[in-house]
This record gives sequence, structure tokens and C-alpha cells, in this order.
Amino acid sequence: MAKPTRRGFLVGLAVGSASLACGGMAAAVEAGGEAVGSAQNELGMLYDATRCVGCKACMAACKRVNGDYGSLAFERAAFDPDGLWDAPQDLSGSTRTLIKLFKQSDREWSYVKYSCMHCRKPSCVSVCPVSAMTRDPRTGVVDYNKDTCIGCRYCQVACAFNIPRFQWDSATPQIVKCDLCVHTNLAKKGVTACAEACPAGAILFGKRAKLLVEARRRLAEKPGFYLDHVYGEHEVGGTNHLYLSALPFNRLGLPQLPESPPAEFSEKIQHTIYKGFVAPVALYGALCWLALRNLKKQPHDDGSHTDDDKKEGSHES
Amino acid sequence: MSHDDFQRHEAGIFTPAFFILLLLTLIGFFLVGLRFVKGIGAVSNMSDGYPWGIWITYDVATGTAIACGGYAMAILVYIRNQMHYHPMIRSAVLTSLFGYGLAGFSVMVDVGRPWNAYNFFIPSKWQVNSAMFEVALCVMAYTTVLLIEFLPAILTRLEEADSRSLQRLAERLHRKAGVDQDRLMTRIEWARAGAAWLRPRLDKVLIFIIVLGITLPTMHQSSLGSLLLIASTKLHPLWHTGFLPLLFLINCIYIGYSICILESVLSSYAFKRPFETKELAGLAAIIPWVTAIWLSVVVGDLLWRGQLGKVFAFDFYAGFFLLEIGLVGCGSFILFSAKNRRSVRWLFVSAALIVIGGALYRFNVYLIGFNPGEGWRYFPSLAEFMVTIGIIAFEILCYKVLVKILPVLPRLHGRDHTAPAVPVAPPLPQSN
Repeated sequence: MAKPTRRGFLVGLAVGSASLACGGMAAAVEAGGEAVGSAQNELGMLYDATRCVGCKACMAACKRVNGDYGSLAFERAAFDPDGLWDAPQDLSGSTRTLIKLFKQSDREWSYVKYSCMHCRKPSCVSVCPVSAMTRDPRTGVVDYNKDTCIGCRYCQVACAFNIPRFQWDSATPQIVKCDLCVHTNLAKKGVTACAEACPAGAILFGKRAKLLVEARRRLAEKPGFYLDHVYGEHEVGGTNHLYLSALPFNRLGLPQLPESPPAEFSEKIQHTIYKGFVAPVALYGALCWLALRNLKKQPHDDGSHTDDDKKEGSHES
Repeated sequence: MSHDDFQRHEAGIFTPAFFILLLLTLIGFFLVGLRFVKGIGAVSNMSDGYPWGIWITYDVATGTAIACGGYAMAILVYIRNQMHYHPMIRSAVLTSLFGYGLAGFSVMVDVGRPWNAYNFFIPSKWQVNSAMFEVALCVMAYTTVLLIEFLPAILTRLEEADSRSLQRLAERLHRKAGVDQDRLMTRIEWARAGAAWLRPRLDKVLIFIIVLGITLPTMHQSSLGSLLLIASTKLHPLWHTGFLPLLFLINCIYIGYSICILESVLSSYAFKRPFETKELAGLAAIIPWVTAIWLSVVVGDLLWRGQLGKVFAFDFYAGFFLLEIGLVGCGSFILFSAKNRRSVRWLFVSAALIVIGGALYRFNVYLIGFNPGEGWRYFPSLAEFMVTIGIIAFEILCYKVLVKILPVLPRLHGRDHTAPAVPVAPPLPQSN
């Protein structure tokens, strides 16, 4: 009986592909450091929550500068039927950046600014199937191109900070997120609109390396005033948007995250399975060989049908 | 020859069920229209925290698993060399074709900018790190493969079509629409000659297409699991594991066999045909081994990651985890007994348990175990449900109509003993 050997082969095949699927977990990270290497010129921002006065000038400037390019709209509040104010409740399909106040007690409170963190190993770029999300290797800016985006929203699923937002009420929706004014204010004036508008010096724009030095200087200058942590220095492999705060970051809505980028984990497994497209081709070849051998072995017992049919059934019981 | 394994189901098309399904389909498609005019937010409860709702979770991630009957049967017939299951394969391929075709349709409803989908065919836009890219290309390729696999049924029908009824159709078209009758008949003759020419040639290469139809689901079903690998901070540790691709692959295989049993029992019941108990018992014997492997990987992986304790937290997540494991486990346990496997009732119950449990696993990974952070809630809206129900209704509707037009169902003869090669007089009138 040939069955046991075939079964043996199949089991081997299954075990092979199984180990293929999980082998990646043990495999070493090949090029994980590629993004973290020469980062001297990467641009970013340092937001100091202790300096922010909550005036929201940054929000207004962002919408003024990026409104047309980024298809941002004013958001009306329930109390304001005349639409006098722009009153976004959260980041949204119309709002790239937002100031919120977190009140821990009457004496302990803090403003916090949300916008894209411009990760150094961004999940959104890793998962976008059509390269609509890109990361400029020189400036580190994570940009979005609505002309290639298919609107699958995988970037939203992937982002650990829940930054990318979708225009749910539009027939031609797009993803909305901060692009560091790379097509607007940065191109014209060399600085982001929010940093330019900030009257309190809470938003510092510049090269990441210099921002880190400045952040550490502030931490050393006032020991005990800040939490001794630069948020974004190591989170998910490092971000170009850095934070300083006196209150715990997770209270401000900045989640506690591991230092390894999630994109590294998923890409490692995906690359191990599909390296050089060898495994799928090998699988196809092996299956073809098996199927053809099976067909050849079919005894042409039903003599009345001797045509060229390949899928001859033997009707063995 | 194998094409004689199949026959048309001779019955009227316009049954009451037809109109109910049609109504549900129309409601669903109206809401789809609304979504394209007013945006996704107008019909769904999806949000920036839960950007994927039931359209992705059910129609795509679960629907394609339920459509894996064709895949599972092809493994059995062509790779495991169990040719006596061949008569079941065409209906499995047809349901797979619908499952995948409609999953593709759902994706087009769900994505915000479908007009940009052409970018999948532009190599400079390819993003091979993305599991979504792999899924999209594979699903498109597999739907094409399924169409080719199903082509013999259409070609046979074309070849054997009754020329008198075609003549009548041509006359009617001539009267009503002013179509040139002679030209139309020439066209039909051409199509028929083309079909006669194509079918034997297609038969020669069909096995390579069929094997492609086994390779592609292996790739994209595992990639459906890979999709959530990135959500390491959002997906509950009970489900987030590097083994997601492997678990999704095994999951779709046992769902595939179970759904074949369900479909066979249901269509035997609905179309008043004898139950294919012998074949089903054979299929059912495979399932518990596949689920046993799956359950061992699930538990072994939890142990290895040291997350087994989360199961005994008995919270919301542990509840759904235990439910999923329990459903699959119970169904498999029933099928370990050879006596149960010969009973249509137990076959149906256990296959249903396993399909529901397996589908719940996918729901757990895509929705229930997915937590984007504080303040986000998701439960599908009525309109969202109706779109999904409309798509399912459309799927069943098309299946019911097509098995009455094309030779899809297993031929009714010799199903208890070895099938004779020469067709004996079948109990139902023949189509040709």
C-alpha cells in the first residue's frame, strides 16, 4: 500500500510549512536597525506639556495651513448652531492635531497635544498594501498620499497611538493625519505650523537628535519637576515626536508601549514565510507532483471512458 | 468520465424562498448604494478605534473560511487521492466561488477609495511587507482560479444546451428587442463550438489550475491571520501570537470540511435528495484530527507564551475564548465516535458546532479580542447587519438558481456502492 508513504510525505509537508510559519519567531532580526541608524537629520517636534497653556493656537494654525491640502473642515459643537467655533472633540477626519486637558485633581492637571508620532519604524507604513503611507528615509516624515490610498484602514488597525483618522461621512473619504506640514508650512517656511504658532514655546521643531539633547537638558535642569522619561525616545522603536510631562504619560492618553516596534514582529514572520517567494513556489511544485502522480495512478478501470480526462475517478471503495 | 459525476437539479426557480432571499438582497444592495452616496459612517457603526467592523470580520475573514469547502475538498480529492469524493467537489467549488466573489465585493464596499484599487496592479506601489497586499492579490487570483475550475460546468451546459429552447429565446429577443435572429443564432453556435473546442483543452491543464487553487488559499488564509500580527498592543494576548498564520490556516481547513457536510445535508434536505451519508462520514472522520492539531497549537502556544493564566481570569475575553474552544472541542468530540458519524443528525450538529466555533475564533481575533484603548466601543448597526445579510442572501440565492441551471450537484446513482462507469437510469429526468 502506498498510502502510508504519501501520508508521511504530507505530514512532512505540513510540518515543514508549519515550521516555516513559526520559524520566523526564532529567527534573528535582519534589518531592524536600518531605520534607527543614521538619524541625525530626521525632523521632529518636542512637546513640553508643562509649558503648554492650552490656547489651541496650534490647532487653529494647523487647520488654517493644511485645510485645503489635507481636506480638513471645521467641526461644529452642539451648543453652537451658527458655527462660530471650531470645536473638535478628538482627532478626526477633519482634525490633525488636538489639545486636551487632563485633570487629575484641582491642583494637578496637564494639557496634552495629540498628533502623529512619526515613528521611526511606523506600523502604518509597514501595513499599507499600496504604499500610500510612506516614510521619508532622510527627514523621517511619515506622509500619506490620498491618490494611491484605497481606504482599507489597515493603518488605523495597526497604529498603536490610534492616530490615523478616516472621513466616515464622506463619499470620497481619506485618511487624515499630521504630515509635519511637509507639503505646506514646512516647504514654505521650514517649520511646522503648530510650532510656529505656539506662543508658549511648548512645541519645539527641529532635528530629532537636537530635540533629544534639549529634552535631557530640561530634565537635568529641573530634577523632580518632570517625570524622568522622554516619551517617544524608545517607544515602539522610537518616534520623532517627543514628549515631556510632569504627569504619567498614560494618564495623558499616551499608551504605555514596548520598545520593540510591532512592525518588526509582523514583518519578521511575513518575510520568513515569503522569503524570495521560495516557499509558495516549492509548495506549488510539491502539490503538482503529488496531484499528477495521483492522477497517473488512477487505474482506467472504466473502459467506456478513455478520453483525455485528467480527473478520472476510480471510485475505489 | 468525471463530468458525468454531476447533474442539474430539476426544479422550479421561483420558489417562495427565492423571493424572500431576493427581498433581503435588495435591502442589502440599497444600503450599499446609500454607503456610496453618504459615506461609510451613514450606514455603519465603525469608528477610528474600530476601523474594521463585521464587513471585514464576517464577509471577508470569516466568509472566505466558510468558502474553503472547495479548498478542503480539493486537498482531499487531488492530494490525498480520495477520488470517490469527486462528485462533491463541484458544489463545493461553486460555494467557494460565491464566498470569495462576495468577499471581494464586500471589500469594495468596505474600502473608502475603491477607485484607487488599480494600484494593486502597479508594481511600483506594491508593498510586500503588508499582509493585506498578499491577501488582496491572492484572493483575486483565487477567485479567478475558482472561476476556471467551475468553467467545465458552464461549458458542458453550453455544449448540451437544448437548441430548441435557444431558438425560442432568440425568437423572443427578435420580437421584443429587435435583435437579428439569424445573427444571434450564429453567435450562439459559435459559442457552442467554442465551448466544445475549449473543454477538452481545459481538461488537460485543469489539474495545474486546481493545484494553484490549493496553493493560493494556503497562502492567503494564513495571511488573514498575519493581518492582526501588527496589532500587538491592541489584540488580547489570548489571541495575539506569532502562530496566528498557522492557526488561521488549520482553522479554515476544518471549517472547510465541516461546511461541506452542512451544505450537503442542507441541500439534500432542501432539494429532497438522498443524504450522502457515506461520503459525509468519511469527511467527518478527518475533522477531529485537524481540530485536535489546532487545539494543541492553541493551548501549546498559550503555555509557551505563559498566557494560560488569562484563560482562568474568567473575564469577558476568557469567556469568548472558552466558548470558541468549547464549540470546536464539543463538535470534534462527537465526531470521534464512528457511530455518530453515520447519523445525519449528529453529523449536522457537530459540523454546525465546529463551523460556529471556528468562525467565532475569527471574530475573536478581528473584533471581540481587539481593544484599541479606552473610550472605544463597537457593535454593528442594523444597516451594517443588513448589508451583510443581503450579501449572504445573494450568495444563497445564486447557489439555488445555479444548481438548477448548471450541472453542479452529484449525480444521483450508485452512491451506496461503487459507481458504475456507464450511467444507469437516474431517478430524476436528465438534462441532456
